Amino acid sequence: MKINNARNNILNRLKTSLKSESEPVAHDVPDSLDWGVDDRLLHFNKQLQAANAEVHDATKDNWLITLKHICSTKRLKNLLFSPATPWGAQILERSYEFPTFKHFDYPIDEWKPALFDGIDAAFTSTHGGIAETGTIILWPDTHEPRLISLVPPVHIALVEKTEIYSTFADALKTQNWIKTGLPTNILLISGPSKSADIEQTLTYGVHGPKELVIILV
Amino acid sequence: MTTEFRKHIQHALTQREVQANTKNVVNRLRNHRRAALSDQADWQRLRRQSTAIRTHAVDKLPQLLELLEDKLTQNGIRVHWAETTEQANQIVLTIMQQHNASFVIKGKSMVSEEMGLNHYLKAHGIECLESDLGELIIQLANEQPSHIIVPALHKNRKQIARLFHTYFPATPYTEDINALAQSARHFLRHKFATAPVGLTGVNFMVAETGTLCLVENEGNGRMCSSVPPVHIAVSGIEKVVEHLSDVPPLLRMLTRSATGQSITTYFNMISSPRKPDEKDGPLEVHLVLLDNGRSRIYNDLELRDTLNCIRCGACMNHCPIYKHIGGHAYQTVIPGPIGTILEPQKSGLNLYGELTQVSTLCGACREVCPVSIPIPKIINRLRWEYIRQSACNIPGAGSGKKKTEAIVWKIWAWSCVHPVVYNRIGRTITNMRSLIGRILKKISAWTAVRSTPKLTKTTLHERLKALKIEDK
Repeated sequence: MKINNARNNILNRLKTSLKSESEPVAHDVPDSLDWGVDDRLLHFNKQLQAANAEVHDATKDNWLITLKHICSTKRLKNLLFSPATPWGAQILERSYEFPTFKHFDYPIDEWKPALFDGIDAAFTSTHGGIAETGTIILWPDTHEPRLISLVPPVHIALVEKTEIYSTFADALKTQNWIKTGLPTNILLISGPSKSADIEQTLTYGVHGPKELVIILV
Repeated sequence: MTTEFRKHIQHALTQREVQANTKNVVNRLRNHRRAALSDQADWQRLRRQSTAIRTHAVDKLPQLLELLEDKLTQNGIRVHWAETTEQANQIVLTIMQQHNASFVIKGKSMVSEEMGLNHYLKAHGIECLESDLGELIIQLANEQPSHIIVPALHKNRKQIARLFHTYFPATPYTEDINALAQSARHFLRHKFATAPVGLTGVNFMVAETGTLCLVENEGNGRMCSSVPPVHIAVSGIEKVVEHLSDVPPLLRMLTRSATGQSITTYFNMISSPRKPDEKDGPLEVHLVLLDNGRSRIYNDLELRDTLNCIRCGACMNHCPIYKHIGGHAYQTVIPGPIGTILEPQKSGLNLYGELTQVSTLCGACREVCPVSIPIPKIINRLRWEYIRQSACNIPGAGSGKKKTEAIVWKIWAWSCVHPVVYNRIGRTITNMRSLIGRILKKISAWTAVRSTPKLTKTTLHERLKALKIEDK
């Protein structure tokens, strides 16, 4: 009973409080940076590498070779990806060249143990990138659920160079997130998992992926 | 010098190892912040913008909370309101019981610390496990966070190595930080996979879209909010912002002010539970909105600025007092300058009134605050309320009033407007200067560690007279 009243009590206290009219939010701060495509790429690269991520430059024609190279260098025994995305479909076409293909096409409850134990790496597409902070944007969906970019020790993500924005504010505006409507979950990822909780000394791969690998096309 | 509070401070000042650890980390955080916000003009602009966003959101708090509730509910997130920490704890317990859950895995949340949630759930037979590396360390040590961003900053690698070796006997003793972090990873992975409920805090709540935003580096917040079938988020009511476009500038200021990062590894925006066609994510998402005195603070326009805080911790990193006494000496959930103004307002000046004296009023906290909270001004206001019973609504106002102190000040004020008496008192004190010097040396905390001030043979007024300077 008390808890049911809590909402009204709190709101009533706030509503009967003294009023204060603050200045509208300042708009004199540019939320975009005057960067051309090359500048954006340069910053994106630099920031991600500073955050201990690997960045590979490729093209839409040869990115599979890059991916193959990454898989063999890292000695990946298997690769988790969705064949339902355009990029995933390309991997599937030449799956004989890649490590064992893993895919989960059912709710997590059935594949949680397998995901936590036994996946070497996961590949996902992205919803673009942010140059200023070296960030990839993920809009996880039914094909590429959110946990595949979190649980496996290596996350390989493909970013299209034309989809790199200068700032977070820029991405949000240009991609018109408000109008599109926000999905269940959006993730901004700016490197492998890390912590500085012990003596402010950086250590990687605390709970999320130990390695973040970006393929630029 | 005998109150409990002062005893804690005196104890803290003898803890050389804690002091060294605290100074080490705080200095690093300051340097990182300075490097990230080196352009003064840029910093001023960004600060003006963040201040405006937070002030505007706080001023519109009731409307934004209603909008937030509407949007979250439309999105399928269940909203619960709690006036007190007891109610908030009850809400979490009820959700746990509805799912027959006896275990919850937690991401970092200062509001859950404010609620004393771990303790409460334990008393009801529910195990809470912290998953943030720093929080896990202090949970194993059975301590409280000593900093809001780096909860275990008072501990060094040796202490942590001993702790981990005790609790994870299977892992060999190591002082290697990577190895220590990996043993936490190893220990927690299975816990993430099997926890029936995950609980996290919230950094920003976006009213116009009904979105909960979480800022973190480790990925444990993502684990807690995405792996278990139920996610409970707890937040103070003040964390709401109006627009999605308010988020990028605040995020920019939060991470730069806190650790000097341009962004954290993960920025997680949650707008709904798992949808029918989705394969993962929690089936239920709950948000517990905690008041616990915030709506009372809101009613005072001067104190309201306290609610602008985005919990970056920059004020504690720059506080000369925090640096010396560390977070635990404050004996509060939130230490440092922001704790100094927030805790007495939330829990009462009768409990935390003395905290207002833990400031040199140097103003460093105000200088670095990304949302311009006038902390020294609010400290002064609280000092006033602590010793006077005014019409303010802060609990415990006037509780610090001491009769003798009040009488001394009254006499002083009276003598100031009665020059004959004033001069006579001055002469008497000057005559007794050697005795006063000896007394001061014995009883004063100031002179215990500093040379005792020497009183002159003549008072200021006498000297002015001798020099024939007009003394008005």
